Amino acid sequence: MSAPTVTARRSRPRLPFPIAFAMPLALVERNARAGKHYWLTIVSGFFEPVFYLFAMGVGIGALVGTVEVDGRALPYAVFVAPALMATSAMNGAVYDSTQNVFWKLRFAKLYDTVLSTPMRPVDVAVGEISWALLRGLLYSTAFLAVAWAAGFVTSPWALLAIPACTLIGLAFASVGMAVTTWMTSWTHLEYVQLALLPMFLFSATFFPLSTYPEGLQWVVRATPLYHGVDLVRGLMTGDLHAGLLVHVAYLLVLGAVGVAVTARRIERLLLS
Amino acid sequence: MTTTATPVRTAVGHAAGGGWRAVLGYWMAVYRRIWKGTLISSFLAPLAYLAGMGLGLGALVDSGERTALGVPYVAFVATGLLAAQAMQTGVAETTFPVMGAIRWRRTYQAMLATPLREEDLVRGHVAYVTIRLAIVCGVFAVVATALGAMSGWGVLAAVPAAMLCGLAFAMPVYCYSCLVRSEQGYNVLSRFVIMPLFLFSGTFFPIAQLPGWLQAVAWVSPLTHAGALTRALGLGQGSPLWLDGGAFLLHTCYLLLWAVGGYAVAVRALRHRMTA
Amino acid sequence: MNDDAPLIQAVGRRKTYGAFTAVDGIDVEVAPGESFGFLGPNGAGKTSTMRIIACTSPATGGTVRVLGMDPATDASRIKAQLGVVPQEDTLDNDLTVTENLLVYGRYFGLPRATVRERAAELLEFAQLVDKRDELVENLSGGMKRRLTIARGLINTPRILLLDEPTTGLDPQARHILWDRLFRLKREGVTLVLTTHYMDEAEQLCDRLVVMDSGRIVAEGSPRALIREHASREVLELRFDVADHAERADDVAGIGRVEVLADRLLLYVEDGDAALEQVTARGVHPMSSLVRRASLEDVFLRLTGRSLIE
Repeated sequence: MSAPTVTARRSRPRLPFPIAFAMPLALVERNARAGKHYWLTIVSGFFEPVFYLFAMGVGIGALVGTVEVDGRALPYAVFVAPALMATSAMNGAVYDSTQNVFWKLRFAKLYDTVLSTPMRPVDVAVGEISWALLRGLLYSTAFLAVAWAAGFVTSPWALLAIPACTLIGLAFASVGMAVTTWMTSWTHLEYVQLALLPMFLFSATFFPLSTYPEGLQWVVRATPLYHGVDLVRGLMTGDLHAGLLVHVAYLLVLGAVGVAVTARRIERLLLS
Repeated sequence: MTTTATPVRTAVGHAAGGGWRAVLGYWMAVYRRIWKGTLISSFLAPLAYLAGMGLGLGALVDSGERTALGVPYVAFVATGLLAAQAMQTGVAETTFPVMGAIRWRRTYQAMLATPLREEDLVRGHVAYVTIRLAIVCGVFAVVATALGAMSGWGVLAAVPAAMLCGLAFAMPVYCYSCLVRSEQGYNVLSRFVIMPLFLFSGTFFPIAQLPGWLQAVAWVSPLTHAGALTRALGLGQGSPLWLDGGAFLLHTCYLLLWAVGGYAVAVRALRHRMTA
Repeated sequence: MNDDAPLIQAVGRRKTYGAFTAVDGIDVEVAPGESFGFLGPNGAGKTSTMRIIACTSPATGGTVRVLGMDPATDASRIKAQLGVVPQEDTLDNDLTVTENLLVYGRYFGLPRATVRERAAELLEFAQLVDKRDELVENLSGGMKRRLTIARGLINTPRILLLDEPTTGLDPQARHILWDRLFRLKREGVTLVLTTHYMDEAEQLCDRLVVMDSGRIVAEGSPRALIREHASREVLELRFDVADHAERADDVAGIGRVEVLADRLLLYVEDGDAALEQVTARGVHPMSSLVRRASLEDVFLRLTGRSLIE
């Protein structure tokens, strides 16, 4: 067996360019290969938001009629479809980054193995989050196609809802993974529901912000899902305004903070 | 080398074993240890749904001219959620806990090494699920009644109707747990069966809104029948959703069919799994 | 770095976790092609030592160089040339046997074609060709271990680190594994392993250190250690008594005596001759056994305790 030769030491610990860049991708590849063994689960993830779309759009829509948003009357299905798309981006990202990551971190010890190779903690964080985003991209695209076919989409700007959902995924996946590094038992995962469910129900998803009294409206505005929902809704209904950029900035900051915290935590947990 | 050990004395157990009560004892011991973890999914989640759907969405629904429901939306949703939540509890308690007892912790193997029989295991589990359902449905009914979303003495009958709904799902899912080989099976169950039933069995809107063929499918779902029962009982005789005697009987029998039929198959399925 | 320079060099290496000292000032040097062992009971600090070498746990004192580099700053570059076989199998249960090798190779940034070729060779080496498409959860303990070793070789490492490679395996699986490790050793792979089995250390190590409570208590080749700290042969005597210490005086003067819970050990040059001496004194043990001295005896001598407790 031939041993690779050691190249001269550099002052800073760095991998050669292509390898350093490919590192997080190796973890994405791992997840894709593992995904082949549970493809049915991956496929099933697409159906949940679609079931919601028809239950809400068709069933509830018949009861509600139209919704008044910023002076425009929207059919209920048109109102609720963007919210469901944003919510499903959140749910998918959170599921991948909490439950799955918790399993790999505490039980499968996957990251112990990964870190015994040249992969670094930041590669693990970026790799896992990238995988969550890729999976989310599939779902968003499929959901938009279904909503479009059903006539619930009213603007071509809706195409931008796909990257917008990736951004929502980034924010939630990175924060979710960071939070997961503090979890030590399965019951802690229940607390994730405690944060998700209220956001799912109350972030102007199923009824507009104006339903709330003034004070509560500001509470809703503070939640990340509200920003996601409003961004996607603006794009899918063609209601473009400067406020959408605020949403983008909010989600970007959340994502960046999450990645940084995750990398630091993994380093502390597994390399000490 | 010789060792002189004191003879091990055994209290000769009853040949029939501790029966289902002993099995129930096991599950209650586990529950006492983890009950805090179930608070969120058992109590807070349904109440959040009631607040979000019933009150928030209800404001939208009730403000329109369409009064297809005949009752305030929050009352419609609360009575539907009572049954839907029983379904969720029944399913939750017969999926991972059962798979765990069969495959991960191998509790069932340990139990069957004693005089306990498969039917004791199933009966003990049914007893445990029934207790869980009573707690979950009871608390929900009290809160919904306090909010004015349910009223009348019929609420006292709506709780056992919801519990029967829980068992109508728990027993078939128990069978499924005996057959399923990996956790992936539960993802399929939850996304392709439970989730659609939750959404399309009349919990959030009357199934009359659905296309005709889907209505026919919805009537296969035990949840649709349970919802009709809990609505009639939870809203009282004066509501437009009250049922006549024949309909009560029919819905109840349909739920019993799933629960009792499911039990019979569950015992066989467990025996098959544990001896295979 | 020239070819004869030590691959691993540690001076005064320490590892503390809070108030607990796992490794207390260890000096070792491992040369290329050598097969080096850390022998000691559970809790002696072997795994902590291995983790420091593997760059997954920084030393809290002393200096460590692995492949001429500093783990604190060059961890990724060092790891690129190490193969790690952890104490517990950490195979990826979501993947098949082959996929485990392919995916692990990709963690090193190796090209797909290279990894595929290498994986095929390693399946052969690990005698797992028939199992290539099985999910790893369907493998036996011995097969999992061989796969873990194959996985550790995917990057053609210069050093293979093995933490308790045969713990928990049945005797047959152990021998298959030893056979594989011998082959690697012959091919010039530097092996660094920990073990609490003295037979394993004798079989596999050119040189070893005996560790106890985070310290090195002896160092040398297995043969040299036995020569230095034990005798050529050992006579084991069992008596029908509750406490073997009562009979120690009966055999005093024949050789060094160690009293164990269930037998007496006599360290002598000629075991049969010693047994004759014992019987000549009119002492008749329930059973007796003459054997060659082993590392177990060395350890007993150095620490006053058995290796496996």
